[in-house]
Amino acid sequence: MHAQPAADATRILAGLLENRTGQQIAPSRYWRIQTALAPLLKQHGIPDLDALVAVLSDPENERLLQESLELMLNNESFFFRDIALFASLRSEALPMLRQRRASRKTLRIWCAGTSTGQEAYSVAMLIDSDRELWADWKIEIIGTDISAAVIAKARSGRYSQFEIQRGLSVDYMLRYFAQDGDDWIIDPRLQQMVQFQQENILKPRTDPGRFDIILCRNVLMYFAPETRAIAYAKLERALEDDGLLMLGAAETVMDQTQLFSGTREMRGLYCKATPGLSGRSALPPPLS
Amino acid sequence: MKTCLVVDDSKVIRKVARHILETLDFAVVEAADGSEALEQCGRAMPDVVLLDWNMPVMGGMEFLCALRKEEGGDRPKVVFCTTENGRGHIQAAIEAGADEYVMKPFDRETLHSKLQIVGCA
Repeated sequence: MHAQPAADATRILAGLLENRTGQQIAPSRYWRIQTALAPLLKQHGIPDLDALVAVLSDPENERLLQESLELMLNNESFFFRDIALFASLRSEALPMLRQRRASRKTLRIWCAGTSTGQEAYSVAMLIDSDRELWADWKIEIIGTDISAAVIAKARSGRYSQFEIQRGLSVDYMLRYFAQDGDDWIIDPRLQQMVQFQQENILKPRTDPGRFDIILCRNVLMYFAPETRAIAYAKLERALEDDGLLMLGAAETVMDQTQLFSGTREMRGLYCKATPGLSGRSALPPPLS
Repeated sequence: MKTCLVVDDSKVIRKVARHILETLDFAVVEAADGSEALEQCGRAMPDVVLLDWNMPVMGGMEFLCALRKEEGGDRPKVVFCTTENGRGHIQAAIEAGADEYVMKPFDRETLHSKLQIVGCA
């Protein structure tokens, strides 16, 4: 059999990534594949992507395939990404849910596609900043991601100097992180507020139950439309009827799904659409 | 358009910061040390100051203390931007009146997020 040219190798690898994770890489960004996999090729003494594809075609090499896919995933994340949305979460969404859940005093938050944990810890910091309000509440923050490597990093709560200052105010950095050489480590109290699990949004292994807030930010934009529709259906099932979905600042549900609609009161936050009334919010009016 | 005063004795850092800030729609003025920066502030108070720590003639901390005593000197947001990356230095800067702190090296995203945090972007 003749070796396929490198362009075919990148296409095959991009196809494998989409099959296993749902995440697409646009052909204009195929160059990322070579860059992302260069360290792995070097480490395993594999000369080029053609050779890697040949090695990965052997089912015995599943572990190397997993390693390759993890390196190709886009895991960019930073603290309080889209600061205005987090401000809205703190000033509007959390107070509203605090009123609505006042009798049971529990709040469940899911960061789907949490990457290296900055987003889940940002939510934990927001809640801890108002901890007197949440003192007798049971708050669950769950971060999931398909990549074992990023979940391990998220659990460690350890960030480089470069990572720590992306989006994080100096006030929060000093309040919630301890310095260890060039790294900064999350306060164990905050670490305990968040659970991280390796999980695929599209094929969850367990039923996590229903959540009051789901953050799924800058994840669905990498999915093909049909995969995105499946993901929206999973998110809709996992959200309480009056819960809120938070997408990335550059994302919207408009023309993407009929399952969610925008909230008039909260920019960047979405709620379940009323069945049969496309685009109409199922969220009850704000409490007076 | 908001104005940012970049105070750093390194021409290269000033050039990099200017480039990033101009892409963020800031008008940029430069100073090579704290003394030059005070003169600039005397002419026109900027909206934000990006401030190095160690500089000849007048360092960042001395400048910051002097600036805050000037008339209108409490108005500019001051973001330290330095290689002094220890927790002690950071705390001292905040106690002296700095609003934010960027540890070098930095990129556009980091600087942008810090300017958003201080309400200038």
